Amino acid sequence: MSNETSATTTRRGKAPAGERVADWADGRLGIYSLAKANMRKIFPDHWSFMLGEICLYSFIIIILTGVYLTLFFHPSMAEVVYHGSYVPMHGVRMTQAFESTLNISFDVRGGLLIRQIHHWAALVFLAGMMVHMMRVFFTGAFRKPREVNWLFGFLLFVLGMFTGFTGYSLPDDLLSGTGVRFIEGVILAIPLVGSYLQMFIFGGEFPGHDIIPRFFTVHVLLLPGIMLGLLVAHLILVFYHKHTQFPGAGKTNNNVVGMPLLPVYMAKAGGFFFLVFGFIAVIAAVATINPVWAIGPYRPDQVSTGAQPDWYMGFAEGLVRVMPGWEWDIWGHTINFGVLIPIVIFPLVLVAIAVYPFIESWITGDKREHHLLDRPRNAPTRTGFGVAWLTAYFVMLIGGGNDLWATHFHLSINVISWFVRIAFFVGPVLAFIVTKRICLGLQRRDKDKVLHGRESGIIKRLPHGEFVEIHEPLNQEQLHTLTQHHQPEPMEIGPTVDENGVERKVPRSQKLRAKLSQGYYGEDNVIPKPTAEEYKEITSGHGHH
Amino acid sequence: MKKLSARRRHPLAALVVLLFALAVTGGLYAAFAPADKAQADDAAQSLAIKEGKKLYAVGCASCHGTGGQGSSDGPSLVGVGAAAVDFQVGTGRMPAQQPGAQVPKKKNIYSQAEIDQLGAYIASLGAGPSVPTKDQYSPDGADIGKGGELFRTNCAQCHNFTGQGGALTNGKYAPSLEGVDPKHIYEAMQTGPQNMPSFGDGSLSSENKRDIIAYLGAVNSDDTPSPGGLSLGGLGPVSEGLFGWIAGMGGLVAVAIWVAARTTKAKKS
Repeated sequence: MSNETSATTTRRGKAPAGERVADWADGRLGIYSLAKANMRKIFPDHWSFMLGEICLYSFIIIILTGVYLTLFFHPSMAEVVYHGSYVPMHGVRMTQAFESTLNISFDVRGGLLIRQIHHWAALVFLAGMMVHMMRVFFTGAFRKPREVNWLFGFLLFVLGMFTGFTGYSLPDDLLSGTGVRFIEGVILAIPLVGSYLQMFIFGGEFPGHDIIPRFFTVHVLLLPGIMLGLLVAHLILVFYHKHTQFPGAGKTNNNVVGMPLLPVYMAKAGGFFFLVFGFIAVIAAVATINPVWAIGPYRPDQVSTGAQPDWYMGFAEGLVRVMPGWEWDIWGHTINFGVLIPIVIFPLVLVAIAVYPFIESWITGDKREHHLLDRPRNAPTRTGFGVAWLTAYFVMLIGGGNDLWATHFHLSINVISWFVRIAFFVGPVLAFIVTKRICLGLQRRDKDKVLHGRESGIIKRLPHGEFVEIHEPLNQEQLHTLTQHHQPEPMEIGPTVDENGVERKVPRSQKLRAKLSQGYYGEDNVIPKPTAEEYKEITSGHGHH
Repeated sequence: MKKLSARRRHPLAALVVLLFALAVTGGLYAAFAPADKAQADDAAQSLAIKEGKKLYAVGCASCHGTGGQGSSDGPSLVGVGAAAVDFQVGTGRMPAQQPGAQVPKKKNIYSQAEIDQLGAYIASLGAGPSVPTKDQYSPDGADIGKGGELFRTNCAQCHNFTGQGGALTNGKYAPSLEGVDPKHIYEAMQTGPQNMPSFGDGSLSSENKRDIIAYLGAVNSDDTPSPGGLSLGGLGPVSEGLFGWIAGMGGLVAVAIWVAARTTKAKKS
């Protein structure tokens, strides 16, 4: 063996260091075939495809800063008297968790900045996941074969909410302690098992001494561990399915038009990571988040107005705030509908968006693979549903901040609560109808543009005195983009009585499906796209508009 | 100019023109809008009546009755004391402009001497808390940490953690405590104006009140340090969420658009 090596050396000279390292690694990890398969993988270019990257990078930022914070944080509810460097808190009794958060903020080098980066990145992470999810929803990127990846993404969002909530609770300040009290109330509101669950989770009466250490384990170990696994699976599936792309010239269901991973996307993604990190760091450097020193330590006998959770839990807060405080007393047991109904609606609303891909594919019967994205206007029913869902969500965010709406817009908080109660039901319906009409209007406009060209705004006077506006015809590429989409036929049940007069039994589910299918593809819900014949007839050189 | 002219038919041209027009209109308005004139001074001068009773007859009697006995429009003032007068008139809440869910703070039109005369008249109707002396409300040497605990126990429910204010039912509200004179904070605690409960010396001693005033001075005044940067109103997660969405998410989307727009062009070969 040594002979062989020396032979090559004498023949060709020493191989470059990079090659030798790569060779060493390949011999042990088999990275050559892995790299060959993936280095030239093509990704399409669009800013909205980078929303997921924002989430990924903010997650990495959260992990990095979170590790730093664990070095100084004491997840303990043992009581101490503060004598640190923040004077307005001198002599105040607090838990070690709160004291160590104050120390991180005022005594640890860079502690306050890291804390604020961690918290701001968490808000951006959740907001990014929501926007990313909406991009996937409105463009129909969740369709086969990506339904499972949609669910992975949804789970990441939900787990992110709870990771965020447990993290927000850790400093044990008066604001987050109120949130933990809220959760205790939620648990107690569960019929039959509520009080047992509460004792189990808090290790005794509220607040006890266990909840902060337990939340700490959940926040730094359990949930992020699961999320990391899901995240890797999410990314593997993105690689496996290849990325979707917007329709356009040269883009089909069977190709991906874009730039290779190496070197273009490696450079872009790497650069984008630092941009995201830098941007969040700038925000954390200029804007306070969760100033626990101003809020004070948690004490069960204290509470402040304006106690809200971080925005991603604002939806749940809103549900509880606007729900009337109904209560039943049955055989000495209290059932508190004021809290119970909100905690039933909360998961239902979330699940509604999660299962949508399966409902849509059942209604439409569409089992084909889709790698080309829909333009939202070409799927009016889906787009309408999405906007309706967002409307319900954001109406509840208003409900969650009803006191601030009241003070800042000089309104009555009672009126706001009533508005939210009504708008939660009426708003989504109106939003659905309006969105659908807008989508159909945009489809008509597309049709118009294809057939008559774009209104140029240039007015021409004809020899006989008539004024006309010049329409610029679209180029081939634009025509393709506006007309490439498929318009399926709605499902028909067909005749229920055959030629011999024998009645065929149609299951009720099929009748429902046909009806819903009409809602997707029926006459009133689709503007037929211009056919080639129409286009030829109009553009066959008569020149009139 | 040629470039501009070539783009005037661009699909987004209308939007740009609209934004420009809005900016110009807003700018012109800001430049030429009449500044609020201090009109109240004239009124104060015209009220050249020295004695409290005369002042009362002009400014207060229409609602509170000619003898302070109260009417359907205003409560009786017998026994409210000079401290209540000093607070209500000194912060401009009284005389009220109009009935409503709550009488808001506005510019005070009385001089301190006139307020004292009014207070003396009201105090003569029945015994009540008198205006505190400076050493009663001065925050010097008070315990800020204790004041914070007292504030969070007694005040934060309505006024927020650091006194930014909060909503009450049916359009009523607990006002922000930023920039409120220590004397007025003391009097408000003593007399319980409008929707506020009163914290007499039995529930919050004079010492406690000073602690609270000192705490507010430390966490909610013009020279309160904000170690974390912009305080975003001190309103907690709602304003943080709004900032996170608009500045954070909005900014990152802008960055993403910028990065996506700067792509390598396919080589023309």
